[in-house]
Amino acid sequence: MDVLGRYRNLVVLVGVLFAQVLGLAVQVRRTTDNEPTRLIRIWAVGTVTPLERLLMWTQTSTGNLWHNYFYLRGVRAENRSLKAQIERMSLEQVRMSQDADQARRLQALLAFKEQFISQTMAAQVIGSSGSELSRSVYIDKGEHDGIKPDMAVITVDGIVGKVLRVYRSTSLVLLIDDQTSGVGSILDKTRLQGILRGTPSGELVLEKVMSDETVSPGELVLTSGGDGIFPKGLLVGRVTKASPGSELFLNIRVRPAADLSKLEEVLVVTKIDERQAQPDQTGAARAVDILAERLPGVPSKPETDKTAAPDAAKSAPEAATTVTTTKPATTKPVPTTTPTTAPATAPGTAAAKPAIPAIPDSSSKTKAPPPQVSVNGDTTPPRKTATSSSASSTAPSAGTAAIKTVSKPVKTATDPKPQPALEDNPH
Amino acid sequence: MAITYTSGEQVEVYRFSIPATVLVPLAALFLQAWLPLRFSFFTVFDLPLLVVIGFATARRNPLAGLVTGGLIGIVQDALTHQPIGLYGISKTVVGFGASSLGIKLDVENAGARFLLTIFFYVVHEIVYFLIARGLVGLHMAWSWPHEFLSGVANAVLGVLVFMLLDRLKQRT
Repeated sequence: MDVLGRYRNLVVLVGVLFAQVLGLAVQVRRTTDNEPTRLIRIWAVGTVTPLERLLMWTQTSTGNLWHNYFYLRGVRAENRSLKAQIERMSLEQVRMSQDADQARRLQALLAFKEQFISQTMAAQVIGSSGSELSRSVYIDKGEHDGIKPDMAVITVDGIVGKVLRVYRSTSLVLLIDDQTSGVGSILDKTRLQGILRGTPSGELVLEKVMSDETVSPGELVLTSGGDGIFPKGLLVGRVTKASPGSELFLNIRVRPAADLSKLEEVLVVTKIDERQAQPDQTGAARAVDILAERLPGVPSKPETDKTAAPDAAKSAPEAATTVTTTKPATTKPVPTTTPTTAPATAPGTAAAKPAIPAIPDSSSKTKAPPPQVSVNGDTTPPRKTATSSSASSTAPSAGTAAIKTVSKPVKTATDPKPQPALEDNPH
Repeated sequence: MAITYTSGEQVEVYRFSIPATVLVPLAALFLQAWLPLRFSFFTVFDLPLLVVIGFATARRNPLAGLVTGGLIGIVQDALTHQPIGLYGISKTVVGFGASSLGIKLDVENAGARFLLTIFFYVVHEIVYFLIARGLVGLHMAWSWPHEFLSGVANAVLGVLVFMLLDRLKQRT
């Protein structure tokens, strides 16, 4: 007893340390994704975060009052600049909208399943863990707002992290630069996939890319969707350095697109829809048609119809009949009888009603329209023979070019089973 | 500036009021969580650690020191996503050590406090490093220059924090 009394402080210290080490060991062993949040965490977060929210609210309110009512210097100039920016972006939007339409049609043809961010929730960052070794932040949205663990957190610049723990009115977000974080990523140009991890020093490293691959600095890194948290295609960052690493993998350093050290507002992805892309109902359904649309100088459809129809009707009346009755939709079966009556090897069997306009000849505007080849009711533009002089039958090269494009349906002509129009897709 | 040896009878023991005992650590935890959002360099500092050292050296009671350190550390752990106990153990050791040393040394002057803070900061980091690597399995890199410079930065801030704590302490 004397010994215990004499070393009382030391005994207590050892006891307290032992208890904590024991508790730590239990936590390390039991760490799972479905582990319930410990009461001490709820108490600590419940004590600290209200102060943070209050301070953040005060700061935001004061800032808004100042910026919205008092400090309006430079607003006119900014307004002009923004208007100019809107004009620029409008033009860009038109172009991107066309690209997006085309991409949707192509994806529909390929039956792609896409993930779309269908719902997000804006949240304000109110606090951090305060530790270099725990790179995480608190946001002012929690269970009451519908936040759930493993939801993706992003900004307009790029991805930020994922929701790790959800409390009543706050949530803990694990940043992507934490060493326990991992994001399925893909390099934009090379399409190499890897896992993006944080390091103890807060850097981002793209792992699991083989050392025999070539990765250049500046290349964009996107989410691959493989982690099941981030939808595919979100911007992660940019490669800053790629060098041979240990073992068989490259050591790729990535700078995050979002400034993780100065987060103020973020978006929590609360709903991701997975749906199959639908084709544009107004557009042509076949890949060849879509590709042809991209070619420049395409005249309007009615003009082409007028010029191509009589010629085609004369040379191949049976084919014309077939074409008008069997213009395939995306998933509509293609009749197999057409090639027998309108062989693809004959350029003269142009469709009476082509699905796409022919390519205009830049050098022969006054001449007859270029030949079109019809197979299964569709026409393909003989791209390489736009300068051919004859539209009907004196362009063997045109016919050859067209045959290559539409060779698959021809091949299936003897197949009694109906083939979907997707077969035409060069992919 | 010199650290002077004093006997147990010469050492003055202080206490803190209950509001100060509760609110000062809470304020430190709050600022530690909030300030890095505005000033990212603030993650170098460890305000709760400075409060632990300040309380421990003023009270000069090892039991009070280890309990204070343990509690503040556990709450700090709770705010992170790491297992609870990493900061708890480290700050328990520091609280015990600082209060034990406070009995033997005169830690009333700024120089002594400065050196004491550097020493206990490094001790804190070593304990944390060992537990994080050995028990939790975290990948951590140790850098003496980084730790020493961080210790100096914390010591500078610590001197100011201790001056504020001096205003709150009461003679027993």
